[in-house]
Amino acid sequence: MSMSVSPQLDRRAAVAALLKNRGDTLIVSGLGSPTYDLHSVGDHDGNFYLWGAMGGAALIGLGLAQAQPGKRVLALTGDGEQLMGLGGIATIGVARPRNLDIVVIDNQHFGETGMQASHTGRGVDLTAIAVACGFAATGTVRTIAEVERLASQIAGPADGPRLFVIKVLAENPPRSLPSRDAVFIKNRFRAHLGFAAA
Amino acid sequence: MHNPHPNSETRADDWPSELYRILRAADVRQMSYVPDAGHSQLIGMFSADRDVTTNVLTTEEEGIAIAAGAWLGGQRSVLLMQSSGVGNCINMLSLSAIGRFPLLMLVTMRGEWAEFNPWQVPMSRATQPSLEAIGLKVMRAETAEDLVETVASAAALAYDSDQQIAVLIGQRLIGKKKW
Repeated sequence: MSMSVSPQLDRRAAVAALLKNRGDTLIVSGLGSPTYDLHSVGDHDGNFYLWGAMGGAALIGLGLAQAQPGKRVLALTGDGEQLMGLGGIATIGVARPRNLDIVVIDNQHFGETGMQASHTGRGVDLTAIAVACGFAATGTVRTIAEVERLASQIAGPADGPRLFVIKVLAENPPRSLPSRDAVFIKNRFRAHLGFAAA
Repeated sequence: MHNPHPNSETRADDWPSELYRILRAADVRQMSYVPDAGHSQLIGMFSADRDVTTNVLTTEEEGIAIAAGAWLGGQRSVLLMQSSGVGNCINMLSLSAIGRFPLLMLVTMRGEWAEFNPWQVPMSRATQPSLEAIGLKVMRAETAEDLVETVASAAALAYDSDQQIAVLIGQRLIGKKKW
């Protein structure tokens, strides 16, 4: 396993570039920094922010993608969150949705809890796991130019689920906090898709 | 209706067909599962239904997350597992509880009736208390008739009243596993 130099990309700049032209993509963000990153580029009715349920972001994305096959769904999560849901990569690989992308903002650390090193900084490659689980496309990007190309790629059609890793600098930018009221966010999200609250 | 067999006369061995009928009538469009012998007929019926998306899971808590995502996207989901899988779900059930997501889990019980495998017993004992501790409503059925009625009621509570429900299917009803 190759260990490369420490990533230098700013996570907020990366997420801003990734979502600059999000269109009507529906987004589920994993707890911790990805939730703050998603909120930092602008609150949106098509966002579902997690503040817990660690390991669940991509699988919420799966249920959503299966219910809304005509919409693109993005699970925007972190390395720690996705590592807790490794089995879910197998489940998504078998389900093979054509409208679900997982993008891991990978700082190779557990940033929310004191910046302890995670598995991805010690050689574990989430894209290789996704390949082994039958994902249609995978990749790792390290520069803004590469993130911009990735944004164009995920706007296009896919033959199955895709997983991309964006390697970013391990730092905690100022928090950008969305509502922590999951019922409110849920009902707002469903209203965005035309569903009434109970 | 020309059905000569009213639902109240469910044959003891055909409750899976009745559950399938009830869940489809409730417009369940996604089903996820970790297999259990007691659920095998129901899994087979859902898997053969092209109007239902079926997900096989590596661990049960994945189904909690999938059910929440399905609801966000406007679909109803049901989750099948055995009692040993309930322990795997606990933290993920925070999502259903705090988001008030409709949730219907059908749990076949092991470790409580004529059980051969002692390793099933501890989680069997912990199933109902741990589900209740995280905030789920637990309903139990010990006969085929009671199960059909219970699942119909649980489906209405979950999908119409935004409740989080686990229906425990007694091991006595499922029958002894052949070793």
